[in-house]
Amino acid sequence: MLRFFLTRLGLLIPTFIGVSIVAFAFIRLLPGDPIMLLAGERGIDPARYAELQASLGFDKPLPIQYFNYLSDIVTGDFGTSIVTKRPVLDEFMTLFPATIELALCAIILATLVGIPAGVLAAVKRGTWLDQTVMGTALVGYSMPIFWWGLLLIIFFSGILQWTPVSGRISLVYFFPPVTGFMLIDSLLSGQSGAFRSALSHLVLPTIVLATIPLAVIARQTRSAMLEVLGEDYVRTARAKGLPPRRVIGLHALRNALIPVITTIGLQVGVLLAGAILTETIFSWPGIGKWMVDSVFKRDYSVVQGGLLLIAGVIMIVNLVVDLLYGLINPRIRH
Amino acid sequence: MTDTTTTPPVQTQLRRGRFSEFWYYFSQNRGAVIGLVIFSFIVFIAVFAPLIAPHSPSVQNRDAFLVPPFWQEGGSLTYLLGTDAVGRDILSRLMYGAQFSLFIGLFVVVLSVTSGVIIGLLAGYFRGWVDTVIMRIMDVILAFPSLLLALVLVAILGPGLLNAMIAIALILQPHFVRLTRASVMSERDREYVIASRVAGAGSARLMFLTMLPNCLAPLIVQATLSFSTAILDAAALGFLGMGAQPPTPEWGSMLAEAREFILRAWWVVTLPGLAILITVLAINLMGDGLRDALDPKLKKS
Repeated sequence: MLRFFLTRLGLLIPTFIGVSIVAFAFIRLLPGDPIMLLAGERGIDPARYAELQASLGFDKPLPIQYFNYLSDIVTGDFGTSIVTKRPVLDEFMTLFPATIELALCAIILATLVGIPAGVLAAVKRGTWLDQTVMGTALVGYSMPIFWWGLLLIIFFSGILQWTPVSGRISLVYFFPPVTGFMLIDSLLSGQSGAFRSALSHLVLPTIVLATIPLAVIARQTRSAMLEVLGEDYVRTARAKGLPPRRVIGLHALRNALIPVITTIGLQVGVLLAGAILTETIFSWPGIGKWMVDSVFKRDYSVVQGGLLLIAGVIMIVNLVVDLLYGLINPRIRH
Repeated sequence: MTDTTTTPPVQTQLRRGRFSEFWYYFSQNRGAVIGLVIFSFIVFIAVFAPLIAPHSPSVQNRDAFLVPPFWQEGGSLTYLLGTDAVGRDILSRLMYGAQFSLFIGLFVVVLSVTSGVIIGLLAGYFRGWVDTVIMRIMDVILAFPSLLLALVLVAILGPGLLNAMIAIALILQPHFVRLTRASVMSERDREYVIASRVAGAGSARLMFLTMLPNCLAPLIVQATLSFSTAILDAAALGFLGMGAQPPTPEWGSMLAEAREFILRAWWVVTLPGLAILITVLAINLMGDGLRDALDPKLKKS
């Protein structure tokens, strides 16, 4: 297992170097001079220009610039926002819990609904139930989620007035962040109604973000179940006279879940891509909205740092999924 | 297919047989046929938009701001699906929008399939360091969330439809590289390839004429799925203001323009999104049918 872990970790190193080259190249590929970009609209006098060039290291050859960039990253320096003047890493750490909270709720919803739906469709293969579940899943899979979010806002926030339109919690509540997760912090604050408010802000974004993973998980569960249900050991279990529920739940589902777990793990990238749209629609203060805003504000050092941090998170999660997969499915280790 | 010139009758017959077999399995799938019908309808609208659209997609009517669809109070038959905030006919804009979406899908798929297949063939055929370098680069592209990478690429290239399409093609291309490479690696030691090599076929011929035709099935399925992903991603970029720019009647940017009227005029928000959903759904339905028809493993079950 340790060897498996180390090989997987070793494979990540070239990818990480590649990702850091992309982030490094980003600022240098932008049209125009990076220092003029940093200076913004005001312009800059030549003396200050040379000073900035020297202090940012842009006067050195590219390989040395890259090496300096890498050593900054290793020491935790991901640059400073041009707009807020705060370190990019600090901003990321402040906003990331909001995205984690949303993504976690979404993946939990997608799993809790997707797996039973897929199992049901597989067991009732060919019936109207199967067709309805798979038809719905295909609609979910084809959904432009930014539009889906707007529809939900029109219906639940506009017509029914059940849920708020944007943000994480109503402005009447204020408490210092402890964990960064609004659901937990609002409970800890002890203010009445705070948890309810946080929850009602979270519902629509969660549904929107969960839509595509849910459809993918339901489809994957169904096909994995169908494959497993045709196996000899399932027939044996049936022949032994085990009740169908036990055959499906214990013998079939357990084995069918192995590929499904990989699928769930692979949704991390999908979730973060979806978070860009979902957070923008619901003004959810997470890293997806942060990246979009930074692109629009031309805060390119944030975009650069954010790219690297987000890719880093995805790589780590994928590694963990790989390891879990190795744990539950020993065949893969060899 | 290397010897089409020497034995044309057998080849055509074989091909026709293959097609009717494919059509048999494809038409078994009701969803796929429905998808095909809807898709053909959208293609028809896109091609004949200039003839069938009741209005110009860009003419603004000062007397008709945010007119609701005809069945609602205040609606009129002049503007069947209503007008937007500057008095443009939504139905006509949706019809012209179909042109953009289909063009985006086609352009992105052609670009990512050709580049992806060539790179994948090189990686799978030559192996060694060529393979390692190519696959590590693909890993890097796949390490980013697709939409984020597209967003950043568009920030570098500048907002606009062409740049958005190039960015989307780049993020979709690793899937074709991986698929092609995997198929080539399983084909390259088969007897027919070795026979061809012994007969003196060069690398290019082996890659493109001998092996590629036998690797097509998964590529066709992936191309269909990428077609719908391309439409969705381009609409998302348009929605974020980084894709097609107003006043282009592209569905995603129509949605972006309509956002502020979300609680006042449901039709300006609902209809463009519905158009995206129906188009993408039709393509995905066809994709499922294609997969079932082309995948020999599933045929028997």
